Amino acid sequence: MQQLPTSTVKAPIVGAFTFKFRLPSGWVLAALLIAMLTLVPVVVVLSSLLTPEWEIWTHLIEYQLLQLLTNTFWLVLGVGLGVAILGVSLAWLTAVCEFPGRKQFSWALLLPLAIPAYVTAFVAIGLLDFIGPIQTLAREWWGPIEFPSIRSRGGVIAVMVLALYPYVYLIARNAFLTQGKHALEVAQSLGLSSTVGFFRVALPMARPWIVGGVMLALMETLADFGTVAVFNYDTFTTAIYKAWFSLFSLQAASQLASLLIVFVLVVLLAEQQTRTRMHYTQTGKHSIQARILLTGAQAWLATGFCLVVLALGFIIPIIQLLLWASEVVEQDLDVRYLDFFWHSLALAAFAALLSGAVALLLSYSARQHPGLLLRMTARIATIGYALPGAVLAVGIFIPVAWLDNRFVAVGWVQSPLLQGSLAVMLLAYLVRFLAVAHSPIESQMHRITCSVDEAARSLGVSGVSLITRVHLPILRGGLLTAAALVFVDVMKEMPITLMTRPFGWDTLAVRVFEMTSGGEWNRAALPAVALVLAGLVPVVMLTKYRSK
Amino acid sequence: MLLELKHVSQSYAARSVLRDLSFALKAGDIGCLLGPSGCGKTTALRAIAGFEPITGGEIMLNGERVSAPGFIVPAEKRRIGMVFQDYALFPHLNVAANVGFGLHGQSRIERNKRVEELLQTVGLEGSGQAYPHELSGGQQQRVALARALAPCPSLLLMDEPFSNLDVELRERLSLEVRDILKQQGATAIIVTHDQHEAFAMGDMIGVMHEGKIQQWDKAYNLYHLPENRFVADFVGKGILLPGKQLNANQVEIELGTLHSKTPGVYSADCNEGGNKKGCEVEVLLRPDDIIHDDASSLLAQVEHKAFRGADILYTLRLPSGNRVLSLVPSHHNHAIGEWIGIRLEVDHVVAFPLIKSAAP
Repeated sequence: MQQLPTSTVKAPIVGAFTFKFRLPSGWVLAALLIAMLTLVPVVVVLSSLLTPEWEIWTHLIEYQLLQLLTNTFWLVLGVGLGVAILGVSLAWLTAVCEFPGRKQFSWALLLPLAIPAYVTAFVAIGLLDFIGPIQTLAREWWGPIEFPSIRSRGGVIAVMVLALYPYVYLIARNAFLTQGKHALEVAQSLGLSSTVGFFRVALPMARPWIVGGVMLALMETLADFGTVAVFNYDTFTTAIYKAWFSLFSLQAASQLASLLIVFVLVVLLAEQQTRTRMHYTQTGKHSIQARILLTGAQAWLATGFCLVVLALGFIIPIIQLLLWASEVVEQDLDVRYLDFFWHSLALAAFAALLSGAVALLLSYSARQHPGLLLRMTARIATIGYALPGAVLAVGIFIPVAWLDNRFVAVGWVQSPLLQGSLAVMLLAYLVRFLAVAHSPIESQMHRITCSVDEAARSLGVSGVSLITRVHLPILRGGLLTAAALVFVDVMKEMPITLMTRPFGWDTLAVRVFEMTSGGEWNRAALPAVALVLAGLVPVVMLTKYRSK
Repeated sequence: MLLELKHVSQSYAARSVLRDLSFALKAGDIGCLLGPSGCGKTTALRAIAGFEPITGGEIMLNGERVSAPGFIVPAEKRRIGMVFQDYALFPHLNVAANVGFGLHGQSRIERNKRVEELLQTVGLEGSGQAYPHELSGGQQQRVALARALAPCPSLLLMDEPFSNLDVELRERLSLEVRDILKQQGATAIIVTHDQHEAFAMGDMIGVMHEGKIQQWDKAYNLYHLPENRFVADFVGKGILLPGKQLNANQVEIELGTLHSKTPGVYSADCNEGGNKKGCEVEVLLRPDDIIHDDASSLLAQVEHKAFRGADILYTLRLPSGNRVLSLVPSHHNHAIGEWIGIRLEVDHVVAFPLIKSAAP
C-alpha cells in the first residue's frame, strides 16, 4: 500500500530549525496541478462575490437583475419539469412496455442529443415565426389567425426540453431496466395494478437516477448560451456576454458570473448527493423480462407519442436544416468555409488530445496512489463540466490578464501574450471537458486490477512493455471514446469559443451564432448541418454500447 | 531443495503478518499452505512471488537468495508462475495470446506450438480464438493455469485457485490440476482455506496460523498426528476429552485406557516426581476413533445426528456429560435420545497438556 505524502516538522532545536519535508511524488504533483487548473477559475469567480462592486450592483439591480432572476427561475422550473415528465414517460414506455416500434424508438429517442440546442432553437423560430412557412401557410388557407408567439418563455422552454430530455431518458431507462421486473411483480402479487405499481414502486426506486438526470439537464440549462441568445431570452450567460462585449466591463461580467456559479454549485451538490444514493438502490441484474404488452388504442397512443417527440426533436429539424442548407449551399459554401472547418477541426482535435492525455494522467496517478487525496483531487479536477462556458471564460480571463500585465510590467514581453491566444482557449476547453474525457478512461482503468499487473510481472513483463502490452491496449477503447466525446463537445461549444478566441478565429459554431444573430436561418443551417453530423458520432457510440 | 523459506517474517506498520516462517519444498512436489483467512498464507505466497518485501529471514530459490530484508529480486526476474484468485486474464487478448504472453524470445512457430500444446493439456484445444469474457469460470481457470505454465516456470504459485468455482467443479478441477502439474513435472505451492482441496492436491501441507507454520507435514500426519491444538482443531473433526497420562505408552480416559505404540510425553510436568496432578491431559478423539458396537457395554446417548449418505455422524453424550463424535455406517439408524453401544479403536494417541485457563 502506498502511503500518502506526509510532511513532518520536528521540534525546533535551540537556535535552529530542522525541517523535514517529504516531497510528494510526480504523480501526486501532476494531479494536484490539474485540480488547480479547475479550481483557479472557480475561486476567481467566487471571490468576486466576496468583493462586490456596489456601483455595478446598483446598476444591475436597477436595470437587469430582477429580469434575469425571473427568467432563470422559470427556465429552470419549466425545463426541469419538462425533461422529467418527457424523459421518464419515454423511458418507462421503451424499457417496460411493448408496442409497435418500441425497439427502434428505444435508440432513436437518443438522436436529439446530436443536435445542439441552439440549432433546434433557430429551426423552431425559423419554422414557427410570424413570417415562417407554417404561419404563412395558415394565413393563406384560413385568413389572419393569432398564433402564440414562439419567441416567448414557453418557446425557449419547449425547445430546451426537446433538446435535453435524452439525459433523463437515458438514465431513467437504465434504472428501469436494472431494477428488474421482480419489484413490479412483487407489487402485483401484493395486489397493486401495474399503473399503481409504477407510481408506488418503480418510480420511487428510480428516483435517484431520475433526479440525477434532471440535474444534468439543469446544469446544461444554466450553462446554455446559444439557445437563449437565439430567443433573445436574457439569462445570466447572455448578460455576462453582453457585459463583456457590449459594455466592455469585466467587473460586471465577473459579478454576474459569481451569482450564476452559486446556482450551479447548488445544482451540482444536489447531483452529487443523488449519485451516492444510486449505489444503494441498484439491485438485481439486467435481465430480459416479459414486458407489459400494450394493445389497441394504448399501443397506438404509445407509438404516436414517441413518434411526435422524435419528429419534433429530430426529424423535422433535420429536414428543415437540410432544406435551408441546400438553398444556400451554392452561394455560401466558399473558401471561408475551409477556414471554419479547419478552425473547428483543429481546435476540437487539439482539445480532444489534450483532454485525453490529461484525463489519462489523472486516472493513472489515482491508480498509482490509491487513497482519499487523489480521489478528491480527481473529483475537483472534473467539476468543470458543471461550469457554464461563459463563467469559465471570465474565470480564466481574469488571472490570464493579470499574468499578462505582470509580464509586461516586468518587461519580459512588449504586449500581452496570453490574452486571446489559442493556448488560453484550449485551457478553457480542457477545464470544461476534462470530466467528459475522464469518465470513460476511468471506467476502463478499473479493468486493470492489481493482479493483472502482477500476472504480467510474473510472466516477465514489466516497466514500459507492461504499459505498451497491457495497459494501453486495455485503455484504448476508453481513450478513443474520451477523445471522440470531447471532440464533438468542442465542435458544438459556443460561449467559450466566442469569448476567448483569437481575433478572426471563426469556427462553425461561431458562424452559426453570427448568422442567427442576424436572423438568417437558412445561412446558419449550413454550418449547423456539419455540427449535427459530428454530433451523431457519440450518439451512435452510445447506442452501440447500449446494445451490447 | 528447490524452495526454502528460512525464518521469514514480514510486518505492515506495527502488525506482523508473517513470523518466523520456515519450510522447504523439493522439486516436483506440490505444497499447500492451509489456514483460515487472515493467517498470512497469501502474504507468504506473494513474498515468494516477489510482490512483497520481507522484513526478516530469507527466501532461497534454486539455492539462490531471492528475498531478504532490504533485498528483493523483482517478480519478473524470478521465473515463478502465478495463478491469481481472480485469474487476472488480460481482457484485451484472446486465449491463445493470453497463454503466449510470457513466451519471450521465441519464434512465432515455436510459440504457437507451445500454446497449442498447453491448451491441449488443460483441455481447451480449439478455444484459442475465444476471449476471456466468453469463457466459463472453470475455463478461465484453465487458461490462467496454462498461461502460468507456458514459460516453464521453476515454481508455480496458486492463490485460492478454485475459490470462485462451485463445489462440484472445485473437486473435479483440483484433481485434474494435480494431474496436469504432475504430468508437467511442475513444482507448485497452492494457498487454500479448504482442507479437502489441500488433502487432494498437496504432497506436503503447511497449516498456518497467526503468520506461522504450525505443522509442515503430509495430510495423513496432519489428521492423525497433529502437533498442537490448533492443527488438531483446524484439520478434520474431533473432540478433546480430559484424561490422565499413566505412563509413556498409556493414557486413561473415561472410556478406557488408550495404548500408544510409540512412547510419548504429552504433559511436561508429568515426570516430575510422579505428581499425578501434572499428568492431566486432553485427548483428541476423531469420529473414526469411536466405533458403534451393539455388543459393547459402553453406552452413550444420541444427541444429534447428521445424515451424510454412506454414513451418519452422531454426536453422542457420555454419562459424564462429555460429548464425542462417531462416524457410523448409515444403516445403523438410531433415534435421538437413544442409548447406543460404543467402543474405542484408537491407533494414534494424540494428547495435549491441559490448559486450565482455556476451559470455559
